[in-house]
Amino acid sequence: MEKSGTTRRQLLTAIGMVGGTAALYQAMTTMGHAMETQYKGPPDLSGVRPGASVLVLGAGLAGMVAAYELNKAGYKVRILEYQNRAGGRNWSLYGGDTYTELGGATQNIQFASGHYLNPGPWRIPYHHRTLLHYCKTFGVQLEPFIQFNHNCFVHSADAFGGRPVRYREAAADFEGNVAELLGKAVDQKALDSELTKEDREKLMEALRGWGMLDKDMRYKANLLTSEHRGYERPPGGGVNGEPIPSQLFSFHDVLNSQVWKNMAFFMNHEMQTTMFQPVGGMGMIGKAFAHQVQQLVTFNAKVTRINQDKSGVTVIYTDTGSGAVSEAKADFCVCAIPLGVLNQIPNNMAPAKRAAVAAVPYSNSVKIGLQMARRFWETDDYIYGGHSFTSQDIALISYPNYHLFEDGPGVLLGAFASGAGAYRLAGMTPEQRIEAALAQGSVFHPGVYRKEFQTGASVAWSRVPWTLGCCARWNEETRKQHYQTLVAVDDRIVLAGEHASYVGCWMEGALLSSLDAITRLHKRALEA
Amino acid sequence: MAKVTRAIFGVMLAATPALAQAPSGGGDIAGSPTVKTAAPATGEQVYVQVCQACHMADAKGGSGAATIPALASNPKLATAGYPVSLILKGRGAMPSLADMLQPAQIADVTSYIRTHFGNNYANPVTVEDVVRLSTPR
Repeated sequence: MEKSGTTRRQLLTAIGMVGGTAALYQAMTTMGHAMETQYKGPPDLSGVRPGASVLVLGAGLAGMVAAYELNKAGYKVRILEYQNRAGGRNWSLYGGDTYTELGGATQNIQFASGHYLNPGPWRIPYHHRTLLHYCKTFGVQLEPFIQFNHNCFVHSADAFGGRPVRYREAAADFEGNVAELLGKAVDQKALDSELTKEDREKLMEALRGWGMLDKDMRYKANLLTSEHRGYERPPGGGVNGEPIPSQLFSFHDVLNSQVWKNMAFFMNHEMQTTMFQPVGGMGMIGKAFAHQVQQLVTFNAKVTRINQDKSGVTVIYTDTGSGAVSEAKADFCVCAIPLGVLNQIPNNMAPAKRAAVAAVPYSNSVKIGLQMARRFWETDDYIYGGHSFTSQDIALISYPNYHLFEDGPGVLLGAFASGAGAYRLAGMTPEQRIEAALAQGSVFHPGVYRKEFQTGASVAWSRVPWTLGCCARWNEETRKQHYQTLVAVDDRIVLAGEHASYVGCWMEGALLSSLDAITRLHKRALEA
Repeated sequence: MAKVTRAIFGVMLAATPALAQAPSGGGDIAGSPTVKTAAPATGEQVYVQVCQACHMADAKGGSGAATIPALASNPKLATAGYPVSLILKGRGAMPSLADMLQPAQIADVTSYIRTHFGNNYANPVTVEDVVRLSTPR
């Protein structure tokens, strides 16, 4: 694998030198490479000077991959971590865990054994090569994450009388109606100046096949359209084997439901299948990284000052248990502290760097896990994984991808809110959040949702004590003004994390950022 | 002029019955693209449904690896322009709320904060104040 990768890289380099960028890009596309993230394999950190040391701040994925690779290369490495646990936002909550948010509300998690809530990351795109590489290297067992399920629901207060409908039905009716209308436009010669006669004929054929239109180019309730949207009575055996077609929705309702937004969501490169999750909870990845570097970590260390001078980096930290103040020194520092927190830590980095740190606000997701006594979505609604979307604050409920078909309980994701909806849920007490999630989620499974509910847990990222938010939120303006300053090595300090990447709010971004940061820091160390 | 401004924002509010969802900046933060959250009407409602997510129900904020400042008994609120400007522009982890809240909502919530939680700064913040501060100078 590694060997053929090297060969491929050498070949691409040769093509690039001979034919220029365009030829290189074409060759990469042909070889199926251009769409992947920028992972180029483990970093080259050869030639470390004996005794050279690096202090890593933060034991999330960015900090831990930096520590792992730097330590492996020969640096003396130490990690300071605010929490009593490694992993950072890579985290799962299990029965027996306790979580206290800012403001003091404490939740004692009571999920059944083997069930969990992933408050942060929960799904991994197949093209996040860096993360998949380390999962394989560190022995993290992965299983499919069921991202796209046609049989889940879409719900909008503005459509279908507020009744949820199956994604399959709404999406099929959207496509069918669009196909029919586009066919009419061709018939009415509206596209004669855009397309040749031959291409118009090909387009009509495509619309008929894609939209399930009849021979007259109409989208009607019949067995053909039922092949996409489902049947009133599905095909069976014996006497009543003959299927009965389903009725169509009004296009007005289909438009009002904005199902096209959900359809477009699944087209995002990062949301496309295949997606993965670790067996046993996303936190398994953080645990696997921690297993590699645990001897390097000092836990419960709250960083209160970061200083650098000609001789090295000095970090002052307080033990959050004892209150004891200590000093840690190293030649260099990889700072993987979230920007909102780092912004409040006194430091003597360059003014432009401090301005960049201060310029990036954080998002505010809320996730709520609800344990149900039985898996009614499977037994009653034939839903196995995937997401039911709603226009309510909770945004969606997502069905668990593990322990399928079991008689016992299941923990579903009862909310994955962002923006205004997340602010509303975050402002509630944990008990109020559960109540809101039950009230809103009941729209999908009336009657059973409250009845089967057993216990729940919520994490509002705006109140997470060690991040004060979910993810860094760049925009075009801040990228232009601050991004390169933020990622540049500032004498002896370099920043790492999803905030220092263009793969923001993904674990892949944290890892890619960190590998790039330590590669540049190593170069700086050799030049010193 | 002031009357005209208020009339315009009245129309804008009426035409915007729901809070806009922040546009997805990429990343795995998209719950559903179709969420429509009802807009809070009063200053107190804006506080409960937006500000409280971080600053807490008692406006005392919180402290962990870093601190969410208390708004309760906060002498910095004496100058109305200070909280208005923070809401408009954000600071550190706190995002700008200018895309989520209308000027009237910002004026109302600022007035609310400045007269509750142990703060007693009676002069109300007006829509015009907010508009003036949101216009680049």
